[in-house]
Amino acid sequence: MTFLRKTLASGIALAATAMMATGAQAEISDNAVRIGYLADMSGTYRDLAGPGGLVALEMAVEDFGGSVNGAPIEVFSADDRNSADVGANTVRGWFDQENVDLVAGLVASSVTIAVTNVLKEHNGLGIVSGSAASSITNEHCTPNHIHWVYDTYPLANGTAKAVVEQGGDSWFLLTADYAFGHALEGDVIKVVEDSGGTIVGKIRHPFPTNDFSSYILQAQGSGAKIIGLANAGADTVNAITTASQFGVVQGGQQLAGLLIFLSDVHAMGLEATQGLLLTTGWYWDMDDEAREWAERYYERTERMPTMVQAGIYSSTMHYLKAMEEVGTDDPMTVKTRMAGTPVNDFFSRNGRIREDGRMVHDMYLAQVKSPDESTGEWDVYEILATIPAEEAYRPLSESQCDLVQN
Amino acid sequence: MTMIFGVPLAVFMGQLMLGLINGAFYALLSLGLAVIFGLLKIVNFAHGAQYMLGAFAALLALEYLGINYWVALLLVPLVVGGLGMVIERYLLRRIAHLDHLYGLLLTFGLALIAEGSLVNLFGVSGSSYPTPAALQGGINLGFMFLPTYRAWVLVAALVVCLGTWFIIERTRLGAYLRAGTENSALMQAFGVNVPLLVTLTYGFGVALAAFAGVLAAPLYPVSPTMGSSLLIVVFAVVVIGGMGSILGAIITGLSMGLIEGLTKVYYPEAANTVIFLVMILVLMLRPAGLFGKET
Amino acid sequence: MATTQTLTPAMERQRNARLRRGLLYLVLIAIGLAAPFVAYPVFLMKVLCFALFACAFNLLLGYAGLLSFGHAAFLATGGYVTGYLLASYPGLTPELGILAGTLAAVVLGTLFGALAIRRQGIYFAMVTLALAQLVFFVFVQSPFTGGEDGLHGVPRGELFGLISLRSNLAMYYFVFAVFLIGFAIIQRTVHSPYGQVLKAIRENEPRAVSLGYNVDAYKLLAFVLSAGLAGLAGSTKTVVFQLASLTDAHWHMSGEVILMTLLGGVGTLFGPLVGAGLVVSLQTQLAQSPLGNWVSVILGLIFVLCVLSFRSGIVGEIAKSVRKNFK
Repeated sequence: MTFLRKTLASGIALAATAMMATGAQAEISDNAVRIGYLADMSGTYRDLAGPGGLVALEMAVEDFGGSVNGAPIEVFSADDRNSADVGANTVRGWFDQENVDLVAGLVASSVTIAVTNVLKEHNGLGIVSGSAASSITNEHCTPNHIHWVYDTYPLANGTAKAVVEQGGDSWFLLTADYAFGHALEGDVIKVVEDSGGTIVGKIRHPFPTNDFSSYILQAQGSGAKIIGLANAGADTVNAITTASQFGVVQGGQQLAGLLIFLSDVHAMGLEATQGLLLTTGWYWDMDDEAREWAERYYERTERMPTMVQAGIYSSTMHYLKAMEEVGTDDPMTVKTRMAGTPVNDFFSRNGRIREDGRMVHDMYLAQVKSPDESTGEWDVYEILATIPAEEAYRPLSESQCDLVQN
Repeated sequence: MTMIFGVPLAVFMGQLMLGLINGAFYALLSLGLAVIFGLLKIVNFAHGAQYMLGAFAALLALEYLGINYWVALLLVPLVVGGLGMVIERYLLRRIAHLDHLYGLLLTFGLALIAEGSLVNLFGVSGSSYPTPAALQGGINLGFMFLPTYRAWVLVAALVVCLGTWFIIERTRLGAYLRAGTENSALMQAFGVNVPLLVTLTYGFGVALAAFAGVLAAPLYPVSPTMGSSLLIVVFAVVVIGGMGSILGAIITGLSMGLIEGLTKVYYPEAANTVIFLVMILVLMLRPAGLFGKET
Repeated sequence: MATTQTLTPAMERQRNARLRRGLLYLVLIAIGLAAPFVAYPVFLMKVLCFALFACAFNLLLGYAGLLSFGHAAFLATGGYVTGYLLASYPGLTPELGILAGTLAAVVLGTLFGALAIRRQGIYFAMVTLALAQLVFFVFVQSPFTGGEDGLHGVPRGELFGLISLRSNLAMYYFVFAVFLIGFAIIQRTVHSPYGQVLKAIRENEPRAVSLGYNVDAYKLLAFVLSAGLAGLAGSTKTVVFQLASLTDAHWHMSGEVILMTLLGGVGTLFGPLVGAGLVVSLQTQLAQSPLGNWVSVILGLIFVLCVLSFRSGIVGEIAKSVRKNFK
């Protein structure tokens, strides 16, 4: 009984989708392109994407000319307040009431996973720029979203591998004690050991932790060359600040941040962060093209863009171009064209969208400059090496995504 | 090497030291809450926000006015305490005759406003406050490397705590305060200006929070949300100790810091929860709190 | 004989009042039934879930005089348990999942209650807040909640294995029914002799003790009832949104439910409903407006205004003016 009903229902849904697809093929539905920007505008991740990401999105729309084949582009935004149900609800409302074509932004992983479920239900399209979880294109993959900027896999692996190769072969890990930290810890241990390094100790600290002095003291006592921080956000910031107070770097140990952003380094200052190794998807000062765009962004916001904000511009442009080419706003048609076009712009080198929705592109190993080396407030990274797109991300052969034929 | 429960003595001592330093913050904050509670009978939910304002004020004073740490340490508590007095005079006093729960709700609302506004103005990543030049570097204690600034925090917090205890227990002003706590109507009849005393007391409690904030600024990133989660732990500390005695608040604060510090060595997974577990234990064995007088 | 048959004016007034109340309930139920054709059903379901949550909270604050600052723990426990069971055991029907979530909240409520009623007034608020924070940390660390990522992919399933809840309309009527059941339980409790004793304790606890009532048992029962209904709200919410996340366990949520109740009217039956509707609408509207970043500031301002000059809440103020003008 249930089976019959389910088959029937999915059959109807399929037919409806097919009809919608053919109906929309010819033009852009109701003659408008609607982009909804959903992000944390007021909480923990505000500086990573937030209002600045909206500025980047609007810049992309302006640079594109404000319309696609004569259909005006409308942009609206909402604050998800880092709440999965607020986020999912907002997007549901956008589908039911606003006829949204693209959901952009998407920062906190919990919100993103909830929203991608809604995207799938409504056969919409979303581009995830802010989230870190690699599960978004792994066990939580859907045909309806693309993950653009980075995820934890290249951040952890890129950094861990490069550090071991440079001689940092004994590690002490500080792990945030919840699902995200455990996943990151597992990835790092594997990479460190595969590259010939050893893990001499690890501590799982509660999330969130304000005072890291006790853990830093234990890490110092371990004698490891590298202290790896398998945590994120305020925890990472607190750990680094404390390490600097306890003279970790002066004592001959080095810190490796596995999930750290320009906005974090800027907030902590170079005194506390100098020498820190990290992987980034993009840096504003990495070449002329990047600088040119970053300076235009700076004029509007008086902050240099993070990789997430740059990624929002890049992904929106790629989306609008694909839509112009295919002449329809049907999500799957546009997505197919996006996936068929390599992404090469100021943000992405050798970029392409894989079948699991992951946009793979070159990543960069960076080291934070010392205050003496830095020439300005935002001059904080030195790019040490490029991690090629094909090596940076989780190989499809290890994928648990059911869109991938293994 | 001497070992204590599988941990080298040196590490053990080091962790005790760090626990004591964290405990000093708990002591300062729960002391402020106790002072306010004594006379106003309300729980100041804005205490965390006022601690945060202290740190922020120090940061802004340094950035925009060039006021250094030492001046800020004196000036900021006065300014934030003054703001507290304005809040007491124009808001809290209007609901003083009502159920004291309203005071808690009002200060909760104020905390939301303060936090939310600063998030919008300054973002949430937080900024770092440089360690004052005189307190940079560290001291080698033999069993650990102790950053000088942390040593200073411990000393400063203890001096302020004991000073407060002295004022309240040993001076005439303190005697008024204690009398007002017992029976404010009678005090009023004796010609003491009780409303003024209440305003000053609230201002003083807030100033203690702001002082803790300035002390914390060079240690932790200064961000709008730095106070709220700390406050809940301090609430648990207050429940454990009871707000009846000044010395009780100080002792409970320090010892909870120690217990938390030891948990970080032996079972770090429980470091965030241990104080709450102690609270449960105390509630079961001694419902009024370790130093509590109320039923 | 004849005199007992005729109605005294007082009895007549009482009967009229009962009639009026019955009529009011009928009108409200009719509005509830028609609502999804006028407004967006998902939004309405959210309002109903939070209204039930606020009503449960109000049972404790408004009728027993106990301010709990930890009610988010029950909302989240209901949500997580229901979500985990429904996601892990595909054969389980939603009503059983919700029942299990509610029971989990009842158990937690018994533990919390037994500890918290040992202290009174402001201490009670602090104890509940601290206990809820403990629960929050446990949820963060437990593997089954998914930590920061949350618990996703909870199926709405088929009610009693028969009626699919996939469509928003079917889901709405189910949520509406759950709300009515919860509301009826609260209404009956408040108007029962038990509810009267509860009010007596709120007004004067020592006196209730001296009258021989086991005050602690009364308070504990109220606490458990309130926790269970909050869990019911959380469980239902999880089925509606198909997810459970840490937001529901955060102390901000405990603050929000206080605000809803305060704004609508503490100790009034309909106050929490009105308050929840207003707060949820406000959040939804603000999130999509240029003022979106200022939500918590605006909530804080409402808090301050309510406490300073609007303590009876909207429903309370209306009731006051009706009593003043129509008596």
